[in-house]
Amino acid sequence: MNYLENRKYVIQAIFVVVGIVFALRLFYIQVVDSSYKQAAETNAIKTVIQYPFRGLIYDRNGKLLVENTPVYDLMVVPKEAREPDTLRLAKLLGLPFEDVRERLKKARSYSPVKPSIFYQKLTTQDIAHIQDNLIDFPGFYINARTARGYSHSSLSHALGYIAEISPKQLEDTAYAGYRPGDYIGKSGIELEYEKYLMGQRGVKHIMVNVRGIEKGPFKDGAYDTLSVAGKNLYSTIDLELQKYGEYLMNGAKGSVVAIEPSTGEVLAYISAPFYDPNLFTGKDYGKNYMQLLTDPNKTMFNRPIMASSNPPGSIFKLAHALIALQEGVVTPNTGYPCNQALVTCSHAHPAPTDMTIAIKTSCNPYFYQLFRASINQGKSSNPFKDTAIGLAEWRKQITTFGFGTTLGIDLPNEKQGIVASPAMYNKIYGENRWKFSTIYSLSIGQGELGVTPLQMANFMAIIANRGYYIKPHIVRAVGEKGKPLREYQKRNYASVESKHYAPVVDGMAAVVSSGTGRNASLAHLGIEVCGKTGTAENPQGKDHAVFVAFAPKENPKIAIAVYVENAGFGAQSAAPIAGLMMEKYLTDSVSTKVKWKEKWVLSRQYLNID
Amino acid sequence: MPVEQTIPKYKIATRSSKRTSRNIFNNLDWVTVLLYFLLVALGWMNIYAVVYSPDNVVNIFSFDINSGKQLLWIGTSVILITMLLAVDYKIFEHLAYPIYGFIILLLLFTLAVASPIAGSRSWLDLGGGVRLQPAELAKFATALAASKFLNGANLRHQNMKDQMILAVITLLPPAIIILQNETGSALVFGAFILAYFREGMSPLILIIGGSAAAIFILTLLVPKLYLISGIIVLMGAAIWLDYRLMRRIKSMVALLLLIVGMIFSVDYFINDVLQPHQQNRIKALISPEADPLGYGWNVTQSKIAIGSGGLFGKGFLDGTQTKFDFVPEQSTDFIFCTIGEEHGWIGSTVLIVLFLLLMTRIVSIAERQKSVFARTYGYCVASIIFFHFLVNIGMTIGLAPVVGIPLPFFSYGGSSLWSFTILLYILLAIDANRAQDLSR
Ligand SMILES: [Zn+2]
Repeated sequence: MNYLENRKYVIQAIFVVVGIVFALRLFYIQVVDSSYKQAAETNAIKTVIQYPFRGLIYDRNGKLLVENTPVYDLMVVPKEAREPDTLRLAKLLGLPFEDVRERLKKARSYSPVKPSIFYQKLTTQDIAHIQDNLIDFPGFYINARTARGYSHSSLSHALGYIAEISPKQLEDTAYAGYRPGDYIGKSGIELEYEKYLMGQRGVKHIMVNVRGIEKGPFKDGAYDTLSVAGKNLYSTIDLELQKYGEYLMNGAKGSVVAIEPSTGEVLAYISAPFYDPNLFTGKDYGKNYMQLLTDPNKTMFNRPIMASSNPPGSIFKLAHALIALQEGVVTPNTGYPCNQALVTCSHAHPAPTDMTIAIKTSCNPYFYQLFRASINQGKSSNPFKDTAIGLAEWRKQITTFGFGTTLGIDLPNEKQGIVASPAMYNKIYGENRWKFSTIYSLSIGQGELGVTPLQMANFMAIIANRGYYIKPHIVRAVGEKGKPLREYQKRNYASVESKHYAPVVDGMAAVVSSGTGRNASLAHLGIEVCGKTGTAENPQGKDHAVFVAFAPKENPKIAIAVYVENAGFGAQSAAPIAGLMMEKYLTDSVSTKVKWKEKWVLSRQYLNID
Repeated sequence: MPVEQTIPKYKIATRSSKRTSRNIFNNLDWVTVLLYFLLVALGWMNIYAVVYSPDNVVNIFSFDINSGKQLLWIGTSVILITMLLAVDYKIFEHLAYPIYGFIILLLLFTLAVASPIAGSRSWLDLGGGVRLQPAELAKFATALAASKFLNGANLRHQNMKDQMILAVITLLPPAIIILQNETGSALVFGAFILAYFREGMSPLILIIGGSAAAIFILTLLVPKLYLISGIIVLMGAAIWLDYRLMRRIKSMVALLLLIVGMIFSVDYFINDVLQPHQQNRIKALISPEADPLGYGWNVTQSKIAIGSGGLFGKGFLDGTQTKFDFVPEQSTDFIFCTIGEEHGWIGSTVLIVLFLLLMTRIVSIAERQKSVFARTYGYCVASIIFFHFLVNIGMTIGLAPVVGIPLPFFSYGGSSLWSFTILLYILLAIDANRAQDLSR
């Protein structure tokens, strides 16, 4: 026989060696090491989960936005609890007798030997009372963990909240590390940054004898692990600006989004009406949640990124002007008559002789004619086809401004909005059955358009930067030395080159210095503001007021979009809010000279102006 | 150099009608049969011990409890055995490829239609509450196909084509099984390396595979710095002992770098490649108590149960730790704990010796086969049983990651008992007829 046959000895040797290793290992754990016997005698190693501190969230100036406060859960191991005195337990916890029995049953059905939460979120006062009596209830113990706490009542929509993980999430393999009763981010930053905030659980092992008395750590704590705190987040939000904005928006419905144009950092993020984030931390979380969910003002609706069905109104004229310049179909000096036969103009004014004047007066017929020049460039002799070609090209450009797509902000559930497309009209009217006269309302920002307040603010950042934006984001660092994610450092260029922005910016400056945006002026500080008012038609009721702006005109520090629902014309309601907030951000305070504006805003009189 | 064969591997002779059942009976390897029934019977008693409760004694034969059900599986296994011994033993070789092809299709079919049970898409519902796990059947089917292929192929030549085909035959089933999310069952196919080694595969693959596994486990158990220093010291000692190794210093350094690279990639592999549930199994090995309510729970509780058995054990049915659900999967994957607790070190060692006897016996059965097909198949059987033995007992005593595979012939469950019975008795059927080849 050849040498291969000898390999049978190698193989049999492998078998035997493994057998010997097993026998030796067994001898060690069964005969030599007595700790397993002790563990079996004490019958239980109680494992106490050490919940990590969830990461804190700071604002851009180092002020705490979200902190942790201690809460206590009453835990039970049913097998050790045996048959507790349910009546006394009910009295101790202030619960109905049946409720206590129900909770015990639930814990048993989860597992007789693993600990489960019996009663959660006890306060420090509850604990003092219960702790003394627990000695008579073997199998019950107190586990401390932390809940979220807020020293302010702002920014609820962006911060989001945490709550117990749902049964559905528990079944999902994406949440493999979680257990029933764990807390998890449910919305906002808490959800988006869950994996950084959550940290890592630790575990302590304590040997407990049959009477439930602790006999010290198992194997001297050799297997204990410390919990690792979650990473702190550094937000881009300016808490003072946020609070001031909420003060101004209190009682109104709508959104304010402010962005630092050079970085894409979100300075303020207001969704009105808002709620106090503290409502979601205590025992009444469920009740409060249901109340807000069914509230007719849709308080839980995250307007800045989800209100996507409203047309932008006149502010879209700025985009039309920029695209027409890029297309080369107009020059900054192009004038059009204010021809009311095409479309009505809101107020009487001399014919706009150039683009800057047209923007200042927001002349509807002017932009009708400008938009038509963009759309119908005569690329096809068939006016239907020509319109379809022009609209497709225009749509390609407008999406580079972030319209009709999600911007990718680090918050969940961002909506993309609507931008008209040839396919959309083909579906409504049929192919080659629509032309410019069908779609002209786009020229004044009405019709098949839907824009989120975030997209409006980002649009302002693009004009402020003269042609590019950085994706808006609300967290600039994970951990103290962290940097924004790569995608929040990159410049995204709009299709319109920087050389075309000057006439539009000049027009916006004129809007604020002598046009409809005077209420946003910061002339008393010597700061030149560029803005544009708008009104979004609302078929359901009173129109929505829009004002977008950035300041200062050169080296802009803040871009802002204010959207007030059912507030009519943007000049009266939205513009002063934008002006006050920009002043607050740029100078850290609001001068007494403009306190009357504050009063005016808070009086909500604009709600009654028709 | 071809594989030596003293007798032409497969001669179609006029089949003698003298082949009677009596013939088979005489030639059957009764030592193996005895070991088989010993293991099955001991398993059955331990399955009863798991459910036994002094407060509520249920008859061991009751179909309400696992031991009663297991008896049903044992009974059907005896029928299976009779059938396997009754059919013409040649069909196992004739039909090796068709069986393999059928099982591959069955695996794919299961993947497509199975509804996930605990995250795994490996169970085929046959209706009437009967479920089949085709992954279990894939073991003997692959063993047959690989053996048949080796009958004509040659591993020792630098014949890349044959080696590639063999690799495909061996790795196709586990690839599908991994897609079914049954990583444990898929790992079993690694055992075939042992059989191929016997048939001439380069020992390098075995050594590299073994060292890689050793370094993998050591990386988990020993801090990186100690491990690397240890390896450097070992290499230094080797050079000190045999100075000629200095001439190979370049290859030594390359080897060292390779090992260090591997140590660091283990970290990356665990944290970035594995899925969370797989990570947990590995982490339970390093520090079972790190996740005491999950996978670590099994390992800690199983070690406590086994450890509390002492030298002689607590006695049959007198265990306390292996009752109820202190150790999950008690009667299936963690059945060894019951032995450890109730029968102590003596009982555990007896069981280990029984397995060693069975496995070495199978090796000698394999060696006395005249065809490469039969010999390779015998080695495949031994290797598969060995792999289960290694991982199943290893995990209960904290020497192997928690991989949910049963202890052969011992664990509760029909799919497992049937598949091991088929695996073993095909070999015994072929073996019982080996005289036929001689007498021709
Ligand atoms: Zn006009």
